[in-house]
Amino acid sequence: MALWVTFWGTRGSIPVSLDCASVRDKLAKAIVAASGKGLDTQEKARAWVDTELDFAVSHTFGGNSACVQLDAGDGQYVLCDLGSGVRAFGNHVFRRDGPSKKNVFHVFQSHLHWDHIMGFPFFGPAYVAGNKIRIYGCHPNLEQALRRQQDPPSFPVPFESLAASIEFVTLQPGRSYDVAGWSVTARLQNHSGDSYGYRFVRDDRIIVYSTDSEHRLDVPDEVEGAAAFFADADLVIFDAMYSLADAVSVKEDWGHSSNVVAVELCQLASAKHLVLFHHEPANDDENIARIWQETLRYEEISRTGQLLRVSAAYDGMEIEL
Amino acid sequence: MHVSQERYGDTLVLTPVGRIDNSSTDGLRSNIQPYLANCREDGDRLVLDFSKVDYISSVGLRVLMLASKQVREQGGSIVIAARQPVVHEIFDISRFDHLFQCFDTVRQALAKVSAKALAAYDSTHSA
Repeated sequence: MALWVTFWGTRGSIPVSLDCASVRDKLAKAIVAASGKGLDTQEKARAWVDTELDFAVSHTFGGNSACVQLDAGDGQYVLCDLGSGVRAFGNHVFRRDGPSKKNVFHVFQSHLHWDHIMGFPFFGPAYVAGNKIRIYGCHPNLEQALRRQQDPPSFPVPFESLAASIEFVTLQPGRSYDVAGWSVTARLQNHSGDSYGYRFVRDDRIIVYSTDSEHRLDVPDEVEGAAAFFADADLVIFDAMYSLADAVSVKEDWGHSSNVVAVELCQLASAKHLVLFHHEPANDDENIARIWQETLRYEEISRTGQLLRVSAAYDGMEIEL
Repeated sequence: MHVSQERYGDTLVLTPVGRIDNSSTDGLRSNIQPYLANCREDGDRLVLDFSKVDYISSVGLRVLMLASKQVREQGGSIVIAARQPVVHEIFDISRFDHLFQCFDTVRQALAKVSAKALAAYDSTHSA
């Protein structure tokens, strides 16, 4: 059975959007690149855009904060984090299921920083009676954090007014839980106020969600623990917010990692596919595309075993496992 | 990890040899550490000659950053010279080229850090 991972929000720290100057710049580049190509129909133009134009020109990596969906095709909704991307996910559910179908949503929270919970007040299914939302996490103040952001004067609709049934489930890191057909294990990560990565296993396939974590490869215990957590993963979704230079100097102890550490850790763990995630909000599409290409090259340089596939997450990206 | 050393006037040129990965980083650290204390404003300059390094991992780069930080606090500096193309790429990808002054050759590095060292180098290499 196919498993799907859909990225509804991939940006770190704060949502961003394309501004007018960026759209204008993309259009100008596309027009110049298209000259002389004979693109006189919409179909020809779309095909050319999809196959010939640079990704950073034809697309955007997007700007919603963290929200990732795991889909086993069984109608169960499983999410990681409630960043601003969960709003788009909620709209997708309404389009797909219609307004009357009642659903159960299982949400695993990496941590409670605002960019990872800010989408919940805008998650449409939370306002529909009959829906059930179970929010899992290792932080003891999980429920308080979700409630507090809807208190006055921050938001006009109090948490108590949400019509869906909402339940909070506290998990113990290192212990395996069976949720919605997945075996799920959390691991403590190095981040201000703590964060937790999740290892999901189903039908012999392994997905690791590890965001907001400063991985220190100079600390042997940390390397061993992270490599075991990532071991043989089919997909590793990894916080690659900073350059290595920033991560070990001016931004040391800021709780995020780099693309270089991502590659080395995935190679050590014999993971198969790395997805760069939690993009730095200061980076535009060209910068993220450049980091992606450089990461592909670093994987090639540092490879001593099997090939590690590398992708850069974008809002709307789907990966089939 | 083997690190050879050569003195040119007030400048030490340290030349690590081989692959700097997680297994050899301790060797790099222990071999350059003895030279850091005297790398200060009125002391030695340090040039790391990377001509014999064919790879450096994130942990190795971190060792360089910590060494640079230590000597900077003492008023000294470390510069990098003669990187092989792959190591040059790794510095670009990791943005370590923003943290270190890098030069194509040892001579260019010496010319930047010390006129005395350059004179000593030129007299040695023209002899």
